[in-house]
Amino acid sequence: MEVTETWYLVLSALLFSIGLVGLLVRRNPLVMFMCVELMLNAVNITFVAFSNALDDIAGQTAVFFVLVVAAAEVVVGLSLVVAILRRRPTMSVDELTALRG
Amino acid sequence: MVNTIVFAVAALVVVGGALGVILNTHPVRAALSLIASFFGVALLFVLQEAHFLALIQVVVYGGAVVVLFLFVIMLLGVDATEDLNVEPIDGQRVGALVVGAAVFGLLLAGLFVSGPGGDKGAVALTGQPSFTQAIVENPAFEEEPTDVDLLADDLFGRNLVAFEATALLLTIATVGAVVLVRNRGAEDLVVDEPGSATR
Repeated sequence: MEVTETWYLVLSALLFSIGLVGLLVRRNPLVMFMCVELMLNAVNITFVAFSNALDDIAGQTAVFFVLVVAAAEVVVGLSLVVAILRRRPTMSVDELTALRG
Repeated sequence: MVNTIVFAVAALVVVGGALGVILNTHPVRAALSLIASFFGVALLFVLQEAHFLALIQVVVYGGAVVVLFLFVIMLLGVDATEDLNVEPIDGQRVGALVVGAAVFGLLLAGLFVSGPGGDKGAVALTGQPSFTQAIVENPAFEEEPTDVDLLADDLFGRNLVAFEATALLLTIATVGAVVLVRNRGAEDLVVDEPGSATR
């Protein structure tokens, strides 16, 4: 059997859905960030699959930018988590109901 | 045949790691499952001849990002496990599964209803010739360009402004992280840190 880009797209859809379910179910903010990373990776698989199938490097360039933005997002997000949890040591986003520190 | 076997192994690692992330109650185990998933994705990149991206995937995602996660987990205490048996909102679990299955179904439907279009090439989809083709036909390249050549030409060619913007973005993110976790007020400065008391 030949591996076509459809296989990659199906796998990417599955990975995206798993990340989405995790993001909706989990309440630990760190694990929620990990689920966002999973969804970003699913999109990256799609980009590279299309880049390979269409013989166009632009897909890989898009993955490069996604990587940079994801790194910046993790840095800011984790420092937010640290700043919030230093004041109230609970590992659940359900406790964070006020829009102030 | 080899491709199929490698794809199957990589897909198993990716999906298994992803399930490990959302099913493990302990955040450290979730982070380690995340590494497995990232390595599977890197394997898929190698399979599609995106060697440079596979390298970056391992170094940036498997290295930097997961180490950052582990740092924060250690900083906030490793014993904080989450009880997955308690459902704080009624029907949240079922609702999330329904939404996830619906999104998966919609993606598959979009994929299979639209039908194959890949063999028509980039011109059929975008109306423009493939950028790769333009580079390959460039007489400046004497031999077959690798994926690093192509990526560099695209990144520092028509995407140069976006590339510079990402540099700015990373700087802003670093400054923002420092500002966010900084202790406000002089009395919050910890005295037991060497150097801070002598100032």
